[in-house]
Amino acid sequence: MSRHTPTAALFNAQLRVINLGLSSFAETLKDGHVPVLDLDWRPPAGGDPELIQRIDALRNETENAWISAIQSANETAIEHMLAAEPHIVGIGIARDVVPGMTDGMVLHAGPPIEWDAMCGPMRGAVMGGLIYENAALTPDEAARLAASGDIAFDPCHHHSAVGPMAGVMTASMPVWIIENVTEGNRAYCTLNEGLGKVLRYGAYGDEVIARLRWMESELAPILSKAIQAHGPIDLRSLIAQALQMGDEGHNRNRAGTSLLIRELAPHLVRLDIPSDAIARTFEFLHSNDHFFLNLTMPAGKCALDAAANIPGSSLVTVMARNGTEFGIRLSGTGNRWFTAPAPIVDGLYLPGFSSEDAAPDIGDSAITETAGYGGFAMAAAPAIVQFVGGTPQLALDTTRRMRTITLAESRAYQIPAMGFRGTPTGIDVLHVAESGIVPAINTGIAHKEPGIGMVGAGLVTPPFSLFADAANALASLLDQSQIHEEVQ
Amino acid sequence: MKQWMLERNRYFDSVFLMRISSELEKLDGIAQAVVAMATPVNVGNLMASGYDLKREGALQPADLIIAIDAASDEAYAAAQETLDRLLAGGTDAGPGNATTGPLASTLAEALTIDPEANLALISVPGLHAAREARLALRHGLHVMLFSDNVSIEDEVALKDEAVERGLLMMGPDCGTAILNGAALGFANVCRRGTIGIVGASGTGIQEISSLIHQWGGGLSQAIGTGGRDLSKAVDGRMTRFGIRALGDDPETEVIVVVSKTPSPSVAEKVLTTLEATDKPGVVHFIGARATRYSEAVDITASLADAARAALDKAGIRTDDAPKHVDASLKTVGPAGNPDPGTGRAIGFFCGGTLCQETWSILHAAGHDVASNVAGLPDVKVHAETQVAGHVMWDLGDDVFTMGKPHPMIEPSLRDDRIAAAGEDPTVRLVLADCVIGYGAHENPSGSLASAARTALAAARSDGRELIIIASVTGTDLDPQDLRRQRAILKEAGVYVEASNAEAARLASELLKGGGA
Repeated sequence: MSRHTPTAALFNAQLRVINLGLSSFAETLKDGHVPVLDLDWRPPAGGDPELIQRIDALRNETENAWISAIQSANETAIEHMLAAEPHIVGIGIARDVVPGMTDGMVLHAGPPIEWDAMCGPMRGAVMGGLIYENAALTPDEAARLAASGDIAFDPCHHHSAVGPMAGVMTASMPVWIIENVTEGNRAYCTLNEGLGKVLRYGAYGDEVIARLRWMESELAPILSKAIQAHGPIDLRSLIAQALQMGDEGHNRNRAGTSLLIRELAPHLVRLDIPSDAIARTFEFLHSNDHFFLNLTMPAGKCALDAAANIPGSSLVTVMARNGTEFGIRLSGTGNRWFTAPAPIVDGLYLPGFSSEDAAPDIGDSAITETAGYGGFAMAAAPAIVQFVGGTPQLALDTTRRMRTITLAESRAYQIPAMGFRGTPTGIDVLHVAESGIVPAINTGIAHKEPGIGMVGAGLVTPPFSLFADAANALASLLDQSQIHEEVQ
Repeated sequence: MKQWMLERNRYFDSVFLMRISSELEKLDGIAQAVVAMATPVNVGNLMASGYDLKREGALQPADLIIAIDAASDEAYAAAQETLDRLLAGGTDAGPGNATTGPLASTLAEALTIDPEANLALISVPGLHAAREARLALRHGLHVMLFSDNVSIEDEVALKDEAVERGLLMMGPDCGTAILNGAALGFANVCRRGTIGIVGASGTGIQEISSLIHQWGGGLSQAIGTGGRDLSKAVDGRMTRFGIRALGDDPETEVIVVVSKTPSPSVAEKVLTTLEATDKPGVVHFIGARATRYSEAVDITASLADAARAALDKAGIRTDDAPKHVDASLKTVGPAGNPDPGTGRAIGFFCGGTLCQETWSILHAAGHDVASNVAGLPDVKVHAETQVAGHVMWDLGDDVFTMGKPHPMIEPSLRDDRIAAAGEDPTVRLVLADCVIGYGAHENPSGSLASAARTALAAARSDGRELIIIASVTGTDLDPQDLRRQRAILKEAGVYVEASNAEAARLASELLKGGGA
């Protein structure tokens, strides 16, 4: 009998120690050849004693698990998320397909923001969008119109949509239509314009507008027809393959873009369209490694929307930035945004640029991390490990660390280098708030002035206060519902 | 000077190249370095930066451009060299290339790295200590909690939860344990064997375990419980649990329990628990008299006696174990010479239990001795107060250590006082401990020896006889090496005894012989 008690097990096992505090104790054990893991310990909850108390009060009394109200809500939420099967069902025009989209409306990335507070690249993208819509003829005119109050600004996220960088979407733009076939909900995203001077980085010159018009008049109709011919494309399967080919679905989309081209190629070639136009389509897709980003993003969005608005759930359903503020939403706090100033990205810069040129963090693309890839799948993308310090080991560590703050592992998205374990999926705000480990987000960097474009890419550290605020808000809601139950 | 070169059809990932560019720009004499694939965007940017890329004809995105603005040819050449090295990849120690082992900042995270971990060793600030210990227990980990400033309420709750889960909750304020032969915290390297220890006193465990090792025995386990475990409030929760765990452990044949003076009702519970294991037991509560509690359980009068009794019950002969390490001691003592004269004894201790033991032995022998850890209220003195008679100081007292490292880690607190004692004409006898092992100072005898030399020289020049007696707690397997530490002290003229108790008994005899 004694063999089965925990002390008997200890006395009969190799001692394996986790050291919290004085490193000299760990050194002593290493001298004695005892396996020891010396923690980089920090006070919990960012050292905020009230927050620690609130978080601990949400714990089950005998285990480290959360109370059942949260636990069961999270189980429901994560199951919706894991079960989501995003398919590309077509391409439409925003005004026709995006819920609530109207002429005179400009959708943007991140939490709500008005013109006065917008950063340079966001303003540039808005101006470009208004010129593209023929609502203004010159940048000056566009800026005046944007400031006039006649334009309705609204986050993409309020319309089942997401947009990279500035994320500007106007009524005439063609958009991907992605459907979560498990539940039937849809998500939308514009088509990726490529690198360099592009609208999403705040460029609004003639070449930018001309490209957008070509995308509307030639690219989108051609792709749309090819997709019709192909039938719905299983996006989850494409993302899963791309992760096994060196993509992480946010800062590296070369494999995904290639896979999409392969899927569409025969259908494109068979279209009854002049071969010149088909060739231009292929050239455009080939020249743009990030074409697939605008598909990984809405794929994540429709999975997360399926997990939204579940009372009690601490699942993070949105992480998005508008270049001024970083915002998050939780499943259990509905449509409320928690915001903090957007940080500067710690990154590598394109030739001729430096951090002096960088705008604060911007874009809805952190939806990829929220959905369990992007920075969370860093270990799948050895080619871009420079973003996390330069070694494949650090990439593995980045992914591994995210397991501490997530609820599950993806059933579809796997990492070969980690024995094909699923990617860490479903951020638990309480785990983030408790551990102080914030989500690892890969991202591009826009020039701070409108009209210039991309200057680099790197890793962004979201402000801890977002997660602390959201955890506090969730705790308050749970307190209220408990009081409510007691009164009844 | 802006120069550029082209390598046709040599593809690298753009992110890899961005890192290389930034590495090159850190070199002396390099104003700008761009290593990039010749994509239209990059070519456009470089042309705008003043590099005339047209001369090479059509550039392809698979071509590598190296554009460097160097202050001199030497700088350019150096950059080239670095570039070749970086492009070759490998293990150059660039930023972030050092492998530091897996990083983790929480217990939960650590368990994702090592799911087989079985002990959390916690020494974080007291404010957070109880919480981390609770989380560790709930993860199924045994806990050694070194931190102090944990409330009694938290201690009781943690120990209740641990007992419920069948886990060890060693601490708070637990500095010493030896599990499966591994020294944890402040502990000595002892061979493995059949004697198990449960101790509410860190230096008590160190003294007993070291003597067991020195005298030929070995340890199964030494479980620390934290100094308050045998208080009325904590009720011996972990001591009793530890005794039962050793009772169930087939490797343990003899169980030793050591604590500072416990609450009487708790002491009785502990003894009952020990008896119920049906294994031979030895108990030492500092200050208690030697008695036979039952057929199997003996209570001893000192730490050294506890070690002897345990060895005896384990069937290991200790007849040859020397009481005196130093042969020259035959020349001093009650029957010997020189005449110790009159004067007082003063002791400076790093180990609280060793100090308390010394006080108890002197007190029991009829000496009027004060201490900041005295077991009697009327001779218990506050640290740093002036005492005219015999006094034994525990320098680990918070009053002494305020803002300073514990004297076991940094013994200058002890050594400064010993050196000064040589100047005091009322002092005839100085007592000291010297604890070695993991966690302790790397050469505590070295600094004690030099303080002793200073004191002895001062007394001699003043025509006084000063006697300094010490013992070393530790083993020959400790990094500091017991034999070396003793030799250092002897060479300085310190009388080295085999144990703390022998040192105290010798002092007592000397004081009596001198008519004190």
